[in-house]
Amino acid sequence: MKKSIKIIASLLLATGLFSCNNSEQKNEGNRGALASNAAEKVYVAPGEHDEFYAFLSGGYSGNLTVYGLPSGRMFKEIPVFSQFPTSGYGYSEETKPMLNTSHGFIPWDDLHHPDISQTNGKLDGRWIFVNGNNTPRIAKIDLKTFETTEIIEVPNSAGNHSSSFVTENTEYVVAGTRFSVPIPQEDIAIKEYKGKFKGSLSFISVDPEEGHMEIKFQLIMPGFDYDLSHPGRGKSHGWFFFTTYNTEEANSLLEVNASQNDKDFIAAVNWKKIEEYVNNGGGKKMPANYAHNIYDDKTHTATSTMKKEVLVVDPLEVPGAVFFLPTPKSPHGVDVNPSGDYIIGNGKLSADLTVHSFDKMIDAIENKKYDGEAYGIPILNFEDILAGTVKQAGLGPLHTEFDDNGNGYTTFFISSELVKWNVETREVIDRQPNYYSVGHVMIPGGNSREPFGKYAIALNKITKDRYLPTGPELEHSAQLFDISGEKMELLLDFPTHGEPHYAAGIPAEIIKENSQKIYKLAENENEYATLSPADARVERDGNKVHIYMTTIRSHFTPDNIEGIKVGDKVYFHVTNHEQDFDVPHGFAMIGANNAELLIMPGQTKTLLWEPKQVGVWPFYCTDFCSALHQEMQGYIRVSPQSSNIELSWSLGED
Amino acid sequence: MKYIFKSLFFLGLALLVSCGGKEDKKEKEEIQLGNYQKNEVKEPDASPPQASLIDMSNKGIGPVKNLELPENIDQGMVTKGKAIFDSKCLACHKPHKKFIGPAPAGVLDRRSPEWVMNMMLNPNEMILKDPIAQQLLIEHNGSPMANQNLSEEEARQILEYFRTLK
Repeated sequence: MKKSIKIIASLLLATGLFSCNNSEQKNEGNRGALASNAAEKVYVAPGEHDEFYAFLSGGYSGNLTVYGLPSGRMFKEIPVFSQFPTSGYGYSEETKPMLNTSHGFIPWDDLHHPDISQTNGKLDGRWIFVNGNNTPRIAKIDLKTFETTEIIEVPNSAGNHSSSFVTENTEYVVAGTRFSVPIPQEDIAIKEYKGKFKGSLSFISVDPEEGHMEIKFQLIMPGFDYDLSHPGRGKSHGWFFFTTYNTEEANSLLEVNASQNDKDFIAAVNWKKIEEYVNNGGGKKMPANYAHNIYDDKTHTATSTMKKEVLVVDPLEVPGAVFFLPTPKSPHGVDVNPSGDYIIGNGKLSADLTVHSFDKMIDAIENKKYDGEAYGIPILNFEDILAGTVKQAGLGPLHTEFDDNGNGYTTFFISSELVKWNVETREVIDRQPNYYSVGHVMIPGGNSREPFGKYAIALNKITKDRYLPTGPELEHSAQLFDISGEKMELLLDFPTHGEPHYAAGIPAEIIKENSQKIYKLAENENEYATLSPADARVERDGNKVHIYMTTIRSHFTPDNIEGIKVGDKVYFHVTNHEQDFDVPHGFAMIGANNAELLIMPGQTKTLLWEPKQVGVWPFYCTDFCSALHQEMQGYIRVSPQSSNIELSWSLGED
Repeated sequence: MKYIFKSLFFLGLALLVSCGGKEDKKEKEEIQLGNYQKNEVKEPDASPPQASLIDMSNKGIGPVKNLELPENIDQGMVTKGKAIFDSKCLACHKPHKKFIGPAPAGVLDRRSPEWVMNMMLNPNEMILKDPIAQQLLIEHNGSPMANQNLSEEEARQILEYFRTLK
């Protein structure tokens, strides 16, 4: 009896707690999504536009997704490293070369860190760069067309994770290796890791006009794991910072063996100094083999070139260019505040944040305040470079982003919260729970000299009960916070596609006016384009058949084709003659072993079809293009290989 | 044990009451059946009034308000106009034969030059509002003319090409 009274008493207590929750809260900051005005803050009325674009990495989807903020509406999935049957990317003859690598054609990757190009430390909205983590690559997406226009493979790298961050004039997009490997690769025992394996940090120059990428040099570093990186800003422009873990150089059971040292390092790289060294003939050319794939906007065609050489730099050859900053507890993220004064290391096994001072670092370098060396690279004395510590901010800090009011926003994975703190005083101002286990946080422009400190999105790793269940697998959840006040206010949950790691945001007005609406037919330079329906035709070249086809609402020219034989390789070169915004045509051929084509106005795309069965086979338009879309269809007659039927084609004729 | 269940029941009630307070204040919207306003549905005319397809006074709807064609045909413009027509229009218009859309040959004997220009430049609005364009849509199988995003200069060049099609 006593027991049951106790139970009832505790239930009563709980009831009291629950029942009062809705009405009694006066603290605005803690009201979260229950606040009556949260809905208004994220409501974008029908037909209105969002204030910001957000580009979220798709992680293991290999692609990049585009969202609007504050609505959390998804606008587009941009195929980057993964084949995308929806548009034919990676399936069409024009785009297959985009996925070529030194390992051959690779239909997938793991996309992590988008970063928008900058001019003078400000977002310029021209391109967005992303990294492929698994088979090391950096891709460039053109923000005029929202298409992937370039992919460069990174040799001497593995686990391309401390990537793809841009310097403040987009001089370089930087890619660091997470997994050190033998450089060059060789057949040696894994146990020989220590001392033999190396980590490469690649500085990829970006042409200021066209954005073409080229590996300027690779810095060959000790065999640690280079986890994340961040460029210097303002006064620290010219430097780049990389976190390391596994300075123990373990090659097995890293979960234990790479957590032995109390401190690992942030590697500080004076890239301007190395650039000068390289421009004066420094460095060594070593044989390499890596793909450089470029998509041309005029030919709508990608070409893949294998590069055979890369310039490598030994850090010991450039004195004064590379230093190690001791940083506690296997730091994950390294972030530089907008003024460039502070370098924040997030020791993921720690409760504290380490804030290094750039000025103190320079002073320590000038006065040689060293605390030993690692493989000849000076280690600066921890106390001499430390600006301070954010004490007991949370558990498991990962990443920090900044607003334009001198505050940092750090994610804590283990304690699952977003913590706002003052960068100068290092005092915690506010903390908000995340649902659940937050990874990165993104503030539009938060990675530049001029952040737009209105919203932050927490990109969470675990969703559990936040949405209707969809079986064992759930899309990850993102959470939007209003950060314009002293306290952060949770406004919205929204699902994200794949696994978002980092993201990049930008005011919509910077890019929306430049967004391309059509491809001009007159500028179409595709080798197989059919610029006039009068030129639509079918040509045979051995067992290859080229069908030059055009589309317009609502027919294909030609739509009746005979004379195809089993065993032929049939190339449909489809040119969309529409010149109106948002009128693509789709092309689907029964039995095609690849995908459809989704052809934008004025564009040409090519699909390969290898008919295997005799008969008459239809094709049709997949994109509901007009009232007569259902009529947009055609037939191909496939005859036996021995047949003598002549090629013929027609449209609307007897 | 019974005691516990009873208590739980009351607790449940307590929860309902304590959380439901707000709901009670909401004014209930009264819904009555059978008082819908009856909208008079007019049967649409099975055959809309036919516009005369020959109308030189209709200038259409669009950017071109007034266009005087010079006496002589400009061959340079004709060449340019034909190239644009072949690329952007031929898929639906054969010069001398009704295809998806009407044949342009002799169009200037049926329509004003302004109308032809506006049809090329502003087809979406023309189809919605212009009586001739509407009539043509019906006669051409309900297939609306696509907006090919021509510039006024390009449309003028195509018009010049049309002048040579007899």
